[in-house]
Amino acid sequence: MVSRPHGGRLVDRTRVGSSLERLREESNFMEKLEVNEGRAFDVANIAHGVYSPLEGFMNRNDYESVLNSMRLEDDTPWTIPIVLDAEEKYIKGLREGDEVALSYKGKNIAILRINEIFSWDKKKHAYSIYKTTSSKHPGVLKIMGMKEMMISGPITLLEDPPEKFERQRLWPKDTRVLFEHLKWSNVVAFQTRNAPHTGHEYIMKAALTFADGLFVNPLLGWKKKGDFRDDVIVSAYKALLEKYFPKESYVFSILRMEMNYAGPREAIHHAIVRKNYGATHMIVGRDHAGVGDFYGPYDAWKAFEEFPDLGIIPLFIREAFYCKKCKTMVNEKICPHGEEDRIRISGTKIRKMLAKGERPPEYLMRPEVVDAILSFEKPFF
Amino acid sequence: MKKKLGPKGRYTTVSIPVTLYERIKNLINDTGFSSVSQFVIYVLREIASNMEEEKISSSLTDEEKNEIIERLKKLGYI
Repeated sequence: MVSRPHGGRLVDRTRVGSSLERLREESNFMEKLEVNEGRAFDVANIAHGVYSPLEGFMNRNDYESVLNSMRLEDDTPWTIPIVLDAEEKYIKGLREGDEVALSYKGKNIAILRINEIFSWDKKKHAYSIYKTTSSKHPGVLKIMGMKEMMISGPITLLEDPPEKFERQRLWPKDTRVLFEHLKWSNVVAFQTRNAPHTGHEYIMKAALTFADGLFVNPLLGWKKKGDFRDDVIVSAYKALLEKYFPKESYVFSILRMEMNYAGPREAIHHAIVRKNYGATHMIVGRDHAGVGDFYGPYDAWKAFEEFPDLGIIPLFIREAFYCKKCKTMVNEKICPHGEEDRIRISGTKIRKMLAKGERPPEYLMRPEVVDAILSFEKPFF
Repeated sequence: MKKKLGPKGRYTTVSIPVTLYERIKNLINDTGFSSVSQFVIYVLREIASNMEEEKISSSLTDEEKNEIIERLKKLGYI
């Protein structure tokens, strides 16, 4: 059986039929609050249950509880704040109980019923989530650029933000039915923000060996400079999966959610989200959601110890490397050879090679994946 | 019941027999738990979430499931 939704119930803040039409009409007469791409996709994620049990943007109590305890106020595990920032001058005059239309690219995408407007401390936020306030951390930089007020409350979706990869986007309701239909009891989720190299392939296959199915769920959306662009990730995964994985063994679907590079906290968040999609297990690799040297390589593994009630099982899979003597991808547990025979895979080095138009060797990246990446003029953010 | 705002959030006090407290204290030596409170919170959370899960049932009707299956077929997932 697939995982129970986080918090016990899969949230659905969508409307259909005449009720939806009426709300759309009413939203035209409401105050409008323009949101950016990241928040627009948060709205859709809330509405479709990706962030269950959240029904809207967090209020102050939940927000502070997440910062301080990595849990919502009701003790449900939650590690990354889902908040809506707003500029003070645009929300002047708005009060608790008011309804505002959240607008993205000029279209009303949701109605927010305000339950609280509050100020926040960016430095405290950054330190709690990232354990640093360094401007070298991309997540910290993003936080420092946010607006000075938070506005919270439940949302009702009027329209999904436009999606380029509509055919590759499934919501938790879809995947839960799909996994059940496929008779998958053990579903392993694979989180990624990169185009796949052979290390990723090894990890996915290692996990798949013990599971009924693999849920490949790359994050699309804002990322730091130098990371792969969304369309490159989608093309590269398609190239790998179609050629090197049995069709009946995986489900590929995108997830529009910004990276935070918050290491251990974000690993928990990634697991919660995949639990809502119905995954029973999630692969947690080396330096999951990390950046630079801000977190230890296995800090994310330790973070899971604090959440016996998470409801999804982390699969801690060791770093994969190529061994010249084994002549294949291995890890330290299964390879008897020394460091001199091991070629460590560096995503950064691979990206640098690709940026120069060079082809990484086949033992590091499948040629079909390289072709897919190099077919783009600008593969990186 | 006392409630206080600790450095990591809100806490309250519950009482357990001293004998049980001592038993747990001995039990958690070298286990990674730094205090009896930490152990008790861990155990209670696990039991509470298991009990909550047993109470939950699926919320989709057969008709809704069939609609989703048709959509998944059109998308090539089935």
